Amino acid sequence: MFSLWQKCVRVNQHLRHCPSPWTHTHSREQRLHVLIGVCYRGQTGRWAINKLQKRTCMTVWNQKAHQVEYAQEAVKKGSTAVGIRGKDIVVLGVEKKSVAKLQEERTVRKICALDEHVCMAFAGLTADARIVINRARVECQSHRLTVEDPVTVEYITRHIATLKQRYTQSNGRRPFGISALIVGFDYDGTPRLYQTDPSGTYHAWKANAIGRSAKTVREFLEKNYTDEAIATDNEAIKLAIKALLEVVQSGGKNIDLAVIRRNQPLKLLESKEIETLVAEIEKEKEDEAEKKKQKKST
Amino acid sequence: MKCYRLFIPYSRWRDAHPIVHSQKYHRRRRVCRLISKTLSKMALSSVLQSESADFSFNNDRSFSFGCRFGQTDLGFGAAPGDRLNFAIKASLGPDDKDGPERKIEFLHGTTTLAFKFQHGVIVAVDSRATAGAYIASQTVKKVIEINPYLLGTMAGGAADCSFWERLLARQCRVYELRNKERISVAAASKLLANMVYQYKGMGLSMGTMVCGWDKRGPGLYYVDSEGNRVCGDLFAVGSGSMYAYGVVDSGLRQDLSVEEACELGRRAIYQATYRDAYSGGQVNLYHVHSEGWTRVSQEDVLKLHHQYQEPKK
Repeated sequence: MFSLWQKCVRVNQHLRHCPSPWTHTHSREQRLHVLIGVCYRGQTGRWAINKLQKRTCMTVWNQKAHQVEYAQEAVKKGSTAVGIRGKDIVVLGVEKKSVAKLQEERTVRKICALDEHVCMAFAGLTADARIVINRARVECQSHRLTVEDPVTVEYITRHIATLKQRYTQSNGRRPFGISALIVGFDYDGTPRLYQTDPSGTYHAWKANAIGRSAKTVREFLEKNYTDEAIATDNEAIKLAIKALLEVVQSGGKNIDLAVIRRNQPLKLLESKEIETLVAEIEKEKEDEAEKKKQKKST
Repeated sequence: MKCYRLFIPYSRWRDAHPIVHSQKYHRRRRVCRLISKTLSKMALSSVLQSESADFSFNNDRSFSFGCRFGQTDLGFGAAPGDRLNFAIKASLGPDDKDGPERKIEFLHGTTTLAFKFQHGVIVAVDSRATAGAYIASQTVKKVIEINPYLLGTMAGGAADCSFWERLLARQCRVYELRNKERISVAAASKLLANMVYQYKGMGLSMGTMVCGWDKRGPGLYYVDSEGNRVCGDLFAVGSGSMYAYGVVDSGLRQDLSVEEACELGRRAIYQATYRDAYSGGQVNLYHVHSEGWTRVSQEDVLKLHHQYQEPKK
C-alpha cells in the first residue's frame, strides 16, 4: 500500500503531466480538495478515494464542464415554465410555487419584463436569475442609448448567453443555475421565443418548456402545436394553459400567465381570467369526451 | 520680537534681506526658461492654425479651453476651428523659426454640404487643402466611403477625420456581422460621437457629416470633435459654408428631382469656391439612395465657372 505522502505525490504527478491548458487556472482550494480526498479509508480497509473527489481529481481540468452539468441539474429541479410563439402574440406560463400562508404573493414573480417589448421567465435558482435579469435590463437601456433603437430579442438573448458563457470560463466563479425563456417582438413586428441554458447556448423555438417535467410538456407541445392551435390569440393562451395543466397539480390556482401582443406592453393575466380560461378548457375536454362516447355508441 | 516685521511693507523687508545667487544659478535658470519656452511654442504651434486665417477664428476672444460657451452650438462655419482658442497670432510672429510645425494642414478652409430630399441625400464637397496662404492640394478626397450605404464628409483635421471614420467603418462592419443587419445611420453617428467624445479637449479637430440610407429612410447627422451630434435636413461645414447655405436655402424644395438636387449641390459649392479663398479645386458630388451611394460627378470649378458665367455674356 502506498503511504499517504506517496499517494499525494502520485496525484500531483498526475496533475502535472496533464497537458490541459486549464491546469493553471485551478485555485488552491481545488488542489487541496484533491489532497484531502486521498486519505480516506474505505469499508474494506483499503485506501480509497471518495468517489466524488476521485472524479474531481481525475478530471479536475474539466472542472468547469462538471459545474455546467451541475447547474443544469439545478435547472431541472426548478418549477416549470412554458413559452409559446403565436402569430400576433407570445405567451409565457409558469407554475407558481406554493407560497406560505403569511407570505405576500406578489414578491414571488417568475416572469419579469426586460423592456416594454421583451420579457423572460426562468427555471432554476432565483437568486442567479435576479442578477441576470438586472444585467439584461441595463443592457436593454444601454442599447437604446447607443443605437437609438429598442433591442431585438435575438440581441438580448445573445447578451444573456454571452454573460452565462463568461461565467463558465473564468476563475473562481460558477455558472448561473438558470435556464431562461425570452419572448418578445422585434422592431419589425416578428414574434420571437428563445431559450438559453447555463452553458451559454441559445436557440430559437416555436414553443418550449423548461424546468421540472419539461420533457412531458415538450412532448405535449410537439403533438398539439399546430397552425390551427395558434390561429388566434386566445387559442395560443389556451394551449399554454393546457400544456401546464399536464404537470401542475391543482389546476388554475398554481398557474401564472403573461402575454405580449404586438405593439402592446407586457400583460400579466389575473387569476380570475386564468380561472375562466381553465374552466373553458375543462368544458371543452368534457364536450370532446362526450362526442367520443356518442361516436362509440353509434 | 519676530512679529514686528509685520508692521513694515513686504517690499522693505525683502530688500533688507537680498538673496544673492551665484552666476551658475542664473545661467541655469536662463537655460531652463529658454527650453520651456521653446517647448511650449512648439506645442502651441502644432495645435494652432495660425496660418489658416479662416473666418472661424475669433481672435479678440479670450482663452477658452475645450467647449465654447455663449455661442450657439450650431455655428457650423466656425465649428471645426473654435475648440482650442489659444489663437493669439502676434505671439508667434517674429521669433518663430520652427518652420515644419507651421505647415500642418487643416481643412477648416473647406466647404462641405449635405442635404436631404425626397430621393435621398446629396453630398457635395470641394477639394482644396490649404496650409496658410499656400494651397497644399487641389485634389483632396473629402468624402470617405464608410461602407456601400454610408458616407462621411471631412472637415477639420484631415488625419483626424480619416482615422476616426475608418475606425467607424470597422465598427459598422462588426455590428453588421454580429447582428446580421445593417447598422442604422443614427447608431453609426452615435458610435462616432461617443468615440470622439472621449478625446474631448485634447485637440481633435473634426466636423463631419454622416449620411446614409437605412430602414427609417434617408439619414443625415452632423458630428464634431466637440461632441455635438445633430440630426438635420441640411448642413454645410467649413469656411465657405455661409455661401453654400445661401444658395441651398434659396433653392431647396422637398420635391426636387435627382438631377435638380445634384445641380443645386454643385451650384452651392461653386458659389462657395467663387468667394471663399480656402475652397476650390473640384466639386465631388455623391447621391445616397435606398440602394446605397453613387458617385454622381467630379467637376473642376473652372469648368463650372465658364458654364455658369457664359449665359450672362
